[in-house]
Amino acid sequence: MVTFEVEDHDGNRQPIEAPDDMGLSLMEVLKASEYPVLATCGGMALCATCHVEVLQGKDGLGDATDPELDQLEGLPEMYDTSRLACQIRISDQLEGAVFKLRGEDQ
Amino acid sequence: MITTDICIVGAGPVGLFTVFEAGLLKMRCHLIDALPQVGGQLSEIYPQKPIYDIPGYPEVKAQELVDNLMKQIEPFDPSFTLGERVDYLAKQDDGSFVITTSDKTKVHAQVIVIAGGLGCFEPRKPVLENLESFEGKGITYMVKDPEQFRDKKVILAGGGDSALDWTIFLSDVAEKVTLVHRNETFRGAPDSAAKVFDMANNGKIDLILSSNLTKISGNGHLQSVSMKNKAKEEITVDTDYLIPLFGLSPKLGPIAEWGLNIDKNAIEVDTTDYSTNVERIYAVGDINTYENKLKLILCGFHEAALMCHSAFKYVYPDQKLSFKYTTVNGVNAF
Ligand SMILES: Cc1cc2nc3c(=O)[nH]c(=O)nc-3n(C[C@H](O)[C@H](O)[C@H](O)COP(=O)(O)OP(=O)(O)OC[C@H]3O[C@@H](n4cnc5c(N)ncnc54)[C@H](O)[C@@H]3O)c2cc1C
Ligand code: FES
Repeated sequence: MVTFEVEDHDGNRQPIEAPDDMGLSLMEVLKASEYPVLATCGGMALCATCHVEVLQGKDGLGDATDPELDQLEGLPEMYDTSRLACQIRISDQLEGAVFKLRGEDQ
Repeated sequence: MITTDICIVGAGPVGLFTVFEAGLLKMRCHLIDALPQVGGQLSEIYPQKPIYDIPGYPEVKAQELVDNLMKQIEPFDPSFTLGERVDYLAKQDDGSFVITTSDKTKVHAQVIVIAGGLGCFEPRKPVLENLESFEGKGITYMVKDPEQFRDKKVILAGGGDSALDWTIFLSDVAEKVTLVHRNETFRGAPDSAAKVFDMANNGKIDLILSSNLTKISGNGHLQSVSMKNKAKEEITVDTDYLIPLFGLSPKLGPIAEWGLNIDKNAIEVDTTDYSTNVERIYAVGDINTYENKLKLILCGFHEAALMCHSAFKYVYPDQKLSFKYTTVNGVNAF
C-alpha cells in the first residue's frame, strides 16, 4: 500500500491509501474514492478531464509521454507540474506525494 | 420555425442511427447538435481510433463509422441545426413540443429524442475577468461562419490542431491574424505547425509564443487583448475578435432542467421503449440509464430501433404499425 494526499477544488487535503501492486492509475483511484473526476475517455489520454497538478513528489513520476503532453498543452491552464491522472501508475514511488485536482467538476 | 416529426437532440452515432430507424417508419427527423459537426464523441474525441465491436465491421475507424452512418441515412434526408445547443423545451396544448436553441432556432416536433451522450460539448474557457460579458461581442469559441471574420482583426489562442488550422484558414480571410500560444513549439500536426511558422516569418500572421492571455478590454464590443510572456512582460494587441481554442468538455447542461428523472447525470428510461417519465420524450444512447446499462454504440442502436416503434403512435395516431423486415420493402426514401 502507498499513501499520498489529494487536494480537492476547494483546497481540502485528504490522505488516500491505495494498493501499489494492482496496476491501477491515479485516475482510477480518484474515481474509486469518489472525487469528481470526469475521465470522459476512460484513461486513454484523449480527453484531459483528469488533469491534476503534482504539488509534491514529482520526481517519482517519470516523464509525461507525448500523447499526455498533447492533451495537457491543449488546456486553457497548464502548469509545469501538470499531469494526466490516468497516465500515472500507482506505485511505491508515490509515497508522500500530493496531487491537486485541476480537471473540470463532474 | 422548422417542423418535423421527430426532433433529435444530439447528432452522435446513436442520434444519427435514429434517423434511419425513424425513416423506415416514414417519420422525418431534424437533428440538433452543439458541435459544428456530426459524430458526437467519435468525431470529437477519437476520430482516428479503431472500433472493434460494431457488428459486421471487424475494425472501423470512428470517423469512418460516422461517415457511413451519414451515408446510410441520406435517403431519409434529415435536416440539421449544428453549432447550436438545445436550451428550452415547451410542451404545446396538443402534446407536441417546440424546442429552442441557444441561437433561438425553433423546431416543432411531435416527439423529442434525447441522444445527448455525455452532454453538450462545451468549450474550455480561459480564466479571464469579464470573459462572459464579451461572449458574442467579440469572443467566440467556435468558427461557424469564417465570413464573420472577413477583413477583421482576429486573435486566436491555443496550440492544438484547431488553433493551427483556423490560423491558416483565417489568414486568407481576416485583415490580420494573431496566434497566441503558451509554448515555443506546437504539438499539433507538424505540417500545419511548419506552415504557421512560415506564415509568421513572411509576415502573413503575427505569432506570439510563450505567452498567456491576461486581460480583455472593450467598450460593449471587444477592443483589445493583453498577454504576458514568461519574462512577465505584458503586451496589448488591438482586435475585433478573440477565438480561444482550448478544446471541449462535456456537460449535461440545460437538459437537466427539463423535468426528467435524472440519476447521476443520466436520464432514467423505461427499457420497453426507452421512454422517459415525460410522455413523447425518449432518451437513447449514453445519456440514458437503466439497470445493467452499457455505454456502447451497439446498445444505443438497439435502443433507437425500439424507441422509433414506440414513437410511431404519436406521429401517426390513426395508423397501426405492423413489423416488417427492412428487406421486405427495401429502404424507401420519402
Ligand atoms: C475514447 C473512447 C473510446 C470508445 N470506444 C468505444 C468502442 O470501441 N465501442 C463502443 O461501442 N463505444 C465506444 N465508446 C463509447 C461511445 O463513444 C459512446 O457509447 C457513443 O458515442 C454514444 O453515442 P451517443 O450518440 O449516445 O452520444 P455522443 O457520441 O456523446 O453524442 C452526443 C451528442 O449530443 C450533443 N448534445 C448533448 N446535449 C446537447 C444539447 N443540449 N444541445 C445540442 N447538442 C447536444 C453533443 O454535443 C454530442 O455531439 C468510446 C468512448 C470513448 C470516449
Ligand atoms: S481520462 Fe481522459 S485523459 Fe485521462
